[in-house]
This record gives sequence, C-alpha cells and structure tokens, in this order.
Amino acid sequence: MYSFEPTEEQQMLVEAVRRFAAKEVRDAGRDADESGTLPQTVIDKGWELGILQSSIPEEYGGFGARSAVTGVLAAEELAYGDLAAAMAILAPGLFALPILIGGSEAQRKTLLPKACAGGHFPATAALIEPKYDFDSAALTVTARDDGDSYVLDGEKCYVPLAADVEHLLVYASLDGKTQGFVVGNGTPGMAVGEREKNMGLRGLPTYEINFSQCPVACADRLGGAAGHDFAPIVNASRVALGAMAVGLSRAAYDYALNYAKEREAFGEPIARRQSIAFMLAEMATEIEAVRLAVWQAAWLLDHGRDATREAYLAKIAADDLALMCADRAVQILGGHGYIRDHPVEMWLRNARGFPMFEGMAMV
Amino acid sequence: MIAFEMPKPIADRREILKQAAEGMMRPASRYFDEHEHEIPWDYINVMWQAIQVTGQNYRPGPVAGSGDASHSDRPRLTQQMLIHTVEMLSWGDAGIYLCTPGSGLGGAAIEAVGTPGQTEKFLKRFAGDKPTWACMAMTEPHAGSDTAAIRTRAVRQGDGWTIDGTKIFVTGGHKSLIDSNGFVVVWATIDPTAGRAGMRPFVVEAGTPGMTVTKLEKKMGIRASDTAMIVFENCRVPADNLLGSADVATEQKGFKGAMATFDATRPIVAASALGIARATLEFVKETLAAQGVVTPYGVPRNKLTAVQRDVLEMEAAINAAWLLTLKATWLIDQKRPNTLEASMCKIKAGEVVTKVTQKGVELLGPLGYSRKLLVEKWMRDAKINDLFEGTGQINRLIVARRILGYSSKELK
Ligand SMILES: Cc1cc2nc3c(=O)[nH]c(=O)nc-3n(C[C@H](O)[C@H](O)[C@H](O)COP(=O)(O)OP(=O)(O)OC[C@H]3O[C@@H](n4cnc5c(N)ncnc54)[C@H](O)[C@@H]3O)c2cc1C
Repeated sequence: MYSFEPTEEQQMLVEAVRRFAAKEVRDAGRDADESGTLPQTVIDKGWELGILQSSIPEEYGGFGARSAVTGVLAAEELAYGDLAAAMAILAPGLFALPILIGGSEAQRKTLLPKACAGGHFPATAALIEPKYDFDSAALTVTARDDGDSYVLDGEKCYVPLAADVEHLLVYASLDGKTQGFVVGNGTPGMAVGEREKNMGLRGLPTYEINFSQCPVACADRLGGAAGHDFAPIVNASRVALGAMAVGLSRAAYDYALNYAKEREAFGEPIARRQSIAFMLAEMATEIEAVRLAVWQAAWLLDHGRDATREAYLAKIAADDLALMCADRAVQILGGHGYIRDHPVEMWLRNARGFPMFEGMAMV
Repeated sequence: MIAFEMPKPIADRREILKQAAEGMMRPASRYFDEHEHEIPWDYINVMWQAIQVTGQNYRPGPVAGSGDASHSDRPRLTQQMLIHTVEMLSWGDAGIYLCTPGSGLGGAAIEAVGTPGQTEKFLKRFAGDKPTWACMAMTEPHAGSDTAAIRTRAVRQGDGWTIDGTKIFVTGGHKSLIDSNGFVVVWATIDPTAGRAGMRPFVVEAGTPGMTVTKLEKKMGIRASDTAMIVFENCRVPADNLLGSADVATEQKGFKGAMATFDATRPIVAASALGIARATLEFVKETLAAQGVVTPYGVPRNKLTAVQRDVLEMEAAINAAWLLTLKATWLIDQKRPNTLEASMCKIKAGEVVTKVTQKGVELLGPLGYSRKLLVEKWMRDAKINDLFEGTGQINRLIVARRILGYSSKELK
C-alpha cells in the first residue's frame, strides 16, 4: 500500500518537537548565530525529547526501535526551528546510530547503554574532509592495518562538537573501503584543531581534526574484525540531512509567506502580486514533493531495502530546495531580508552548505 | 502509517500495460506522429476489449473499477490505479494514450454533477461493443484560462435549450461526435450577466442537429490525439441534458461540482507528463550507457560531469513529482480534499516533463534532434501538459490563493 499518513505516535512526537522547535529552538538558534554558543538548556531539552533514545532497543539501554521515518519527521521539525541546534541536539546519533546499524554485538552492548543512560551524550562522528570534491566513498584519511591495530592518518573537518566529546566515530579508507573506527578523544596522534569559522551554522561548534599515526585497537573497528557496510550509514545520513533541508525550507517559506501578507507596496500587500505569490506557490509545491522523496527513502531504510538511489535523489533535490527557498525568502523580504534582524539571511547561509554536509546528521 | 509499497493489483496491471506500451504503442509512435489525424484503431480496439472484459474503465470519478466496490473495507485504489495506468500508457505514447476510448472528461463532469438518471442515460453507451468517446468543451477562441468569459449561450426554449457558440481545442471531439456515438459536455452561459453563476454544462449527443465539427487543429505534438473545433448553431437539446439546476440565483453547485473534477483530472495529466519524462530519462540513460557514460547514485555532484549531473537531477525531479502526484490521488481514494495537491502535482509534473524532455534532446546531441528517434517527439508531446487542464500559471494561482488565504479577487 501507499500511505502518506504518519502514525498517531509519530504525530504526537512531531507535535512535541514542533512546540519546542518553533519558538525556543528558533530563538536560541538566532542568538547562537551571533554569539556562537547554543544554550546548554536548549540542547538538554532537545535531548530529553528522546529522539535518539527511542531509536535504540531496550536490550541496548534505549526504549524503542529505530525508525528512519520517525527520525526524518523529527529532524524536519527540529531544523524548522534551527539547523545548527538540530545538528547539535542530534549529534550523539552520529556516533550511536552507526553502532546500532553496523556495530558488532560487543560494541552495541558496551557503547549504546552509555549513549542512552543520561543527559546529552558527548559523542560525534568525523567524515568530511577539506577538499572541493570530498567523497565519502573515496576518503583521503586512511586506516592502515599494522597487525595489532589500525593506524589513522589524514585531515578531517566539520566535526561537530569535537572539542567536548569523549568518543568519536572516525571514518577512514581501509583498502579503499570506507570504514568507521571508534576513537576516544585525546588518543595520541589525534589533534583537534581550532574551532572552525564558517559562513553558516555559526551556532554549531565544528572542528578540524588531524590524525597522524593515530592508533585504534582492532576491536574498535566498527563491526569488529569483519567491518561493516557503509551504504546504510551514508544513506541514513542523506535521508536525515534531506529532512533537515526540508525543515529549513519550510521555515523560510513560512516566514516569507507571513511577511508577504503584511508588507505593503504600491498600496497593497506584496503577496497580491503574482511574482511574489507564484514564488511562494512554487516553494510550497517543491517542499511537499521533496518531503515525500525523503519519506520514501526513509521508508526503504526501515524495510531493510537498498535506499542508495532514493536517498541520493532525495538528498540532491533537498540540497537544491533549501537553497532555492532560502534565497527566495531573502528576495521576498527585499533589503530587509539582508539585515540580520530577520532570520532569512541566516537560513540562506545555512542552506548553502547542504551539498557539502554529509554525515553531519543521522536518523 | 507512511508506506511506499506498490500494491500488488497495481504492479500486476503495470506489467500488462508495459507489454502493451512496448508492443503496440512504441512501434506506432512515429507513424501517427507523421500521419496526423489518422486514428490508431488497433490500439483503440484492443483497449476497448480490455476495458469491456475487465469491467475496468479509465475514466476518473468515484465509481470506476479496480474491484474496490466488493471489498469496501480495503483501502480504495481507484485513482492510484488510474495514474499508474496513465503513466505507463504515456510512457508508451502520450498521443496514442489520449485516444483511449471511454467517457473521459465528459463522463467525469456527468459523474460529478449529474443525477443518477442522467448518469445512466448518458454513460450506458460505454458498455457497448463499439469504442466510444466523450469530450468536454470549455475553451473558446477568445477565452481559455478565463473560463468565466465564455460567450456560448444556452437559451431556454419550450421544453429544451438552444445552444449557440464556438468551442475550440476539444480533445477527442472528432472521436466522440464523428467516429462514435458519444457526446460532448459543452459549457454555456444561461445568464451572461451572472458570470460564473450563470455557467452550466450541457450534454450534446453525437448527431444532434446544429452541432458541427468544423476543424481539426495541426499541433506541435500529441498528433495522434484529435483537437477539434465545434460550432453550435441553433443546436437544440432536451431539458434533461442540462447538468445541474436551471436556477441561476440559488444554484452554484453545478459549476463548483464540475470544477471539482479538476481535482481528479489534474493528477492524471501529471501522470501522463511523468510517463513521458520517464521514457525520456530511460532512453537517455540507456544511450549514454551504451557510450560508456554511467550515472551512479551517491557520487558528490562536484565529481560528476555536467551530463551526469543533468541526468541525475532529472531523475530526482521525476521521482519527487511522481510522489506528489501519488499523494494527490491517494487523498481522493481516502475521500479527502486534494485541490491543493492536485494543482501542485500538475505544476511540478508540467514543469519537470518540459525540462526533462528539452534536456533530453540537448543531451543526446544530433541523436536527440533527429526524427529517427523518439526523443524529439517526446519533447513536442511533453509541452501540452504545462498548458491544458489549467496552465502552469493558473495552477500557481490556485496554489497561491490557497496558501495565502486569498480570494480570486485578492489575487488575480
Ligand atoms: C492540445 C490541446 C487540447 C486541449 N483540450 C481541451 C479540451 O478538451 N477541452 C477544453 O475545454 N479545452 C482544451 N484545451 C484548451 C486549454 O485548456 C487552453 O488552451 C488553456 O486553458 C489555456 O487557454 P488559452 O490557450 O486560451 O491561453 P490564455 O488563457 O490566453 O493564456 C495565455 C497565457 O497567459 C497566461 N495567463 C492567463 N491568465 C493568467 C492569469 N490570471 N495570471 C497569470 N497568467 C495568466 C496563461 O498561463 C498563458 O501562459 C486544449 C488545448 C490544447 C492545446
């Protein structure tokens, strides 16, 4: 069957996240774009929604089961509030979900209960590398098997929260295959750099990390000795980022729509001009279409099917959607859109990053 | 619960239709494109038989088949089945698909606003052994998008109505009125001072004196489909051929009801558009693959060539447009309002097919432009989907008014 209707439970979660995100996260996100710091209370409150904890089965310390569909519904709402805050709140999932998906039983049993035990779990993942054609399937950070351990070498960037975490999942190329490695922060040979200064996502602390002869125990390879398949992980990341792009787009669309109904020019609201109204109609149309593409990919993941095609297609559509909607929101606000009193310019700065963001969110 | 599993009855139907599309439509595509106004009878006869045998028809509306009626507790699939059908037939050939016999847009109007008696009287001919069509005539030479500006007049005379006026661009007009014993649902005003409130649909049956098919248009694409001009001169129809009430002051349901058929027909046009788009995408991918160019999923766009990037963006757009169309019909099957989604999917699909087919010609270079292959034809066929059943602009107006909460006066 086809159905476009979330379950009642999912609907309740969506509403809870929306209540929290639309005002509290939105306001905090705007301030953090200026100050660089998200209030810990907002991150804690977001964590207490239990989005990650409810993805982890009881046997590993959680209280639910992973559903990418539920995950994308929640991710869209959080990002509707603020993208940087959404990424910060969900960052522990960058570590925990790949362990759930691709980890060995031993890794799940030891690491996941920690992730679910208390407050916002200090963990993250490092995937992106500083090059224009960064490709998660062809990493330049390498892992070499030297018999007793793996040795990591190379440069990562855009690692969320890296300075404050205890654990990282570091992705590296092992004989040409992308594999994850659980690394404790402060392991010799690993150096977290200065906090990055980016065009957008200014509320989210991200870091470069340098690996130089950094040893990782064999047991800490994701999936154990046999390793893991990277595809379901990167697909889950694309789906999550797609949902966030939809959330950001909807934020920009709603804001521009309300503004256009209020703002008058030549004696009537600007929304009564087709050139404005049609932009809004197109934004609404594209948002709905891309959202469904994200849902479809998430649904495939939940059914254990290969989502490579759908996740990728949804992601590239969502990348373009976010930029289009944010840009149009600025355009609809005119000169006022360029002023930092309004959030639309921030959304445009945030949106531009989506094609490059990979592995910065997971469901 | 959100789900994306193609229901088995739909998958089974698609399997059969694909064979028909490959075996019967594609081989005839070029011929009927180059022999405008000839009629693809082989296709028509096969389809008519299939429709009679399965008891399924291909018209929109609340009563159509799919075996739903006997399992009323199961989710209805009628409209979802229909768009999957149309998508596949249009993947075969969009012009030939438009020749599919059945009650079409005319029947949809009757189902929407006719009495049970009228439905029985006018639609029973579609259970006969000869392929039969019906069509709908709104557009006039000076009035297309602005439907309220039509001038065709219907005047009460004795126990009937007399219709005078000129209708153009009637899809299937010739097949409905000359090639079969069908009918046209023609829009006329019974009170020119009343604007929309005075507009009414009338059924005019084939052979009615005073009605003449005067011209068949020559078109850029969908040439297998006839597009007729119909002139009404002192054309008399019985009182019962009026759909809705004769009272201008109290009755507006007629107009609104018939306009509501767009909610069902726009997703069908979108599906047809996306069938052409998919045909183009598949052909482009196969042709490129034969020359060693593959379009892998998952590679960052910065690593792709411009050609690969175009192809993947086409594919992403088609996929999203299809899901939107699917949702628009799922809502109908759920008996929920879908006016917004119907216009949205029409906007998106109309735009996607236009871009995808134009890109397709470009990407294949000399091959794309050549009439030896079908890609150039698909580009010509595609464009109609951004024009009829409400142009892209008119559907944007509809969406914009809804999202802004504006009336048609507030957003013109
Ligand atoms: C092959 C074919 C088959 C057809 N089949 C049928 C049929 O079966 N029955 C039938 O009744 N009609 C049919 N039509 C007619 C079709 O629905 C109309 O052509 C269409 O509605 C547009 O009307 P128009 O051509 O008069 O363009 P116009 O209304 O003159 O529009 C011209 C341009 O102006 C734009 N425009 C108009 N009003 C506005 C506005 N308010 N805001 C912004 N832009 C606006 C339009 O979008 C368009 O771009 C068919 C047409 C074709 C070509």
